[in-house]
Amino acid sequence: MDLGPCVSTEATGKSQAPHTGTTIVAVSFDGGVVLGADGRVSTGTYISNRASNKIQQLTDNVFLLRSGSAADTQAIGDYVRYFAEQLACELGAPPSVATVAKLVSTMNYQNKEMLMGAMIVAGYDEQQGGQVYGCPIGGTLVREQWAVDGSGSTYIWAALDDAFKEGMTRKEAEALVVDALSLAMARDASSGGIIRTVTLDKTGAHVRYIGGSDVPTWFEDLPAPNAAAAGMAVG
Amino acid sequence: MASSRLVAGSAVADAEFSRDISLGTTIIAVQFAGGVVLGADSRTSSGSYVANRTQDKITPLLDHVYLCRSGSASDTQAIAGYVQYYLAQLQAERGGPVRVETAAMMAMQMAYGNKNALQAGLIVAGFDADGGSVYAIPLGGTLLRVPFAIGGSGSAYITGWCDKNWRGDMSRDEALDFVRNALRHAMARDSSSGGCVRTVVIDAAGASREFIPGPKLQPTYDELPAPA
Repeated sequence: MDLGPCVSTEATGKSQAPHTGTTIVAVSFDGGVVLGADGRVSTGTYISNRASNKIQQLTDNVFLLRSGSAADTQAIGDYVRYFAEQLACELGAPPSVATVAKLVSTMNYQNKEMLMGAMIVAGYDEQQGGQVYGCPIGGTLVREQWAVDGSGSTYIWAALDDAFKEGMTRKEAEALVVDALSLAMARDASSGGIIRTVTLDKTGAHVRYIGGSDVPTWFEDLPAPNAAAAGMAVG
Repeated sequence: MASSRLVAGSAVADAEFSRDISLGTTIIAVQFAGGVVLGADSRTSSGSYVANRTQDKITPLLDHVYLCRSGSASDTQAIAGYVQYYLAQLQAERGGPVRVETAAMMAMQMAYGNKNALQAGLIVAGFDADGGSVYAIPLGGTLLRVPFAIGGSGSAYITGWCDKNWRGDMSRDEALDFVRNALRHAMARDSSSGGCVRTVVIDAAGASREFIPGPKLQPTYDELPAPA
């Protein structure tokens, strides 16, 4: 019985997700898209990086959210950035989001035996406005209004099903992404730390960083300790 | 857990439909000011075959204490049977009301004492002199008193939704709505959960059941409504 990328934690006692150690979210709104990711990279029980950047820029207006094998997704991101730059020179104009997403999925498909990269491509162009494309393992390409991936995504499917509304404002979409990420980070041991978001609209890319103590807290979470009280220097 | 019997015909196909019956499931219970609301989906699967699409997974242990079952259908039925028996005996001997906590501990002893042999995720909830209470008994046999509990394969998908939408001050109707919505969202995303929604509300007046057929559930994101 195939339950997809997540098996009941009750049945096996351990998540057997092929997408490891991440929560990535992209949501489209009226006039653009918002992308977001957590910051945790773990090797076993050690968190090797608690503030990593899982969002890679492919062109001025298209970004890549990476989950699965870090090496594979970095390689794909680098190749696609190279191809997209070449294409921009040839076209004399930035490539469309659809084209860049297709490049990512094509790499996934042609090398499907070797690769384990589950990615989301999101961007903004004049032709179709804000767009979100899922590029899962295997080489599928599917345009969605919103997409999630990574081990933490299991816990927020229903939250996004319920809260997503077509034609949201930028602020609403940004709040939705931050809420969804923080809910996943609260429950998924492989996700956590900080939140990074990128908002893309006709004015360009707007990057935001939310430090650990500013991540929203939910049921059973304790509020973050005060930095000064904890004896840390506040810059 | 998978057991493949060799019978005449395609061994592979038969193996698929002969797996141990599993309550791939979503179960939930929520405490509110005057009692508790329990809820469950209705799908019982044997491999990819849905053996029962209108299963009742909410089982009475006493008039005022019910059990939500997830995991192996046979294991949870056996546990429920034993607990009903022991509680009935206790109630007769004591000649007075049995507390929800007692019923929950009874179920926990069964789950913990036979932990290597069982695959059962349970939620015990009821109403007694101290009000409503919910007890979670996940795999392994821990006993945890909690304001609300979710379990089964479908519960993973709604953890975020429940964390976001649960409030400690819900009324009976709000708690019922919370349970119905949690279940329909889980059923929309978990292939092992589905069918219809069953709920039981236990308060000072006793236990009352409700049944919502699948087509009557409000569709979630991207779902089409059931044809009229």
